[in-house]
Amino acid sequence: MNLSSLLKWAGVALLALLASGCATRQPYDYSAFRRAQPKSILVLPPVNKSPDILASNSLLAHMSMPLAEAGYYVFPVALVTRTFKENGLNSPDEMHAVSTAKLREIFGADAALYVEITEYGTSYAVIRSDTVVAAKARLLDLRSGETLWEGSARASSGEGQSNNNGLIGALVKAAIDQIVNTIGEKGHEIAGITSQRLLSPGPSGILVGPRSPEYGKDTGNRP
Amino acid sequence: MTSIQSRSLALLACVAGLALAGCASKPAGLYYWGDYQKQVYAELRSESGGGPEQIIALEKTVQQARSQSKPLPPGFHANLGLLYLGQGKIDQVVQEFETEKALFPEGASFMDFLLRKIKGEQKS
Repeated sequence: MNLSSLLKWAGVALLALLASGCATRQPYDYSAFRRAQPKSILVLPPVNKSPDILASNSLLAHMSMPLAEAGYYVFPVALVTRTFKENGLNSPDEMHAVSTAKLREIFGADAALYVEITEYGTSYAVIRSDTVVAAKARLLDLRSGETLWEGSARASSGEGQSNNNGLIGALVKAAIDQIVNTIGEKGHEIAGITSQRLLSPGPSGILVGPRSPEYGKDTGNRP
Repeated sequence: MTSIQSRSLALLACVAGLALAGCASKPAGLYYWGDYQKQVYAELRSESGGGPEQIIALEKTVQQARSQSKPLPPGFHANLGLLYLGQGKIDQVVQEFETEKALFPEGASFMDFLLRKIKGEQKS
């Protein structure tokens, strides 16, 4: 094979790589999302299905950033939480049960984000202790009640780690990790990664919003 | 190597770079976040909903954003207004809520709802 045919083959391979993007997944149906064109998102305090009572506030504090950077107006989460509480709704479950019409009336938001935390915390496994945060989210149009998007994400402190200290070293490290992960803010740190993965635009992720410079450019998953 | 071959080699290198950068590229953020999320977490966890410590930290973030000429994120001014409300600084509350409205008309209806409540409470 001479150099020019080699170059041709390499070119074809690269084009295939470019076309396939970073990950190959089923194309997500964005038709409802594109039609609705929400400008603002009301993030409701997440419902927590994990044993850690810090989980809901921990993830909530992280979720404004990816959505705002994606180009949406995000309602101030502490002020939203306070408004619910002053109206007698103290738990995320109660807040999630409020009708879309009522949410629209009080906040004037185009869409609301309903998040459920499925995992949050550190589990001691003999060789390694990992801190894991996982959540699933649903974006609902408050004007029509329609579901615009759904997604889920997970992050773990164990990603990319390897054990090469021998068995005893690994056991000691696991015990220490457990202590550090529990008393420290490891969970909150991992929740930040989960939040970014869950709510950043990307394959099967949310679409960019009107305040993003990418908005309106017809490329890939964008409106 | 012919000149066509070397040109296509250069083009190939370009495309390869693009393919790799595509997955990792992160555009510069739209907003200056500073200490905002950290203070929001503290507010959410505290019974009182945050106090002078959060105000000091967020006022510092305002200065830093200004010196870097970057806008503050949506909700920032409204959240600062909430903290001033806890200190009874009503003029500053109104000012922050009005700033939020001016910068982000998307939140105007909620800000008006809160302003009406504050003014109602002041009268009674």
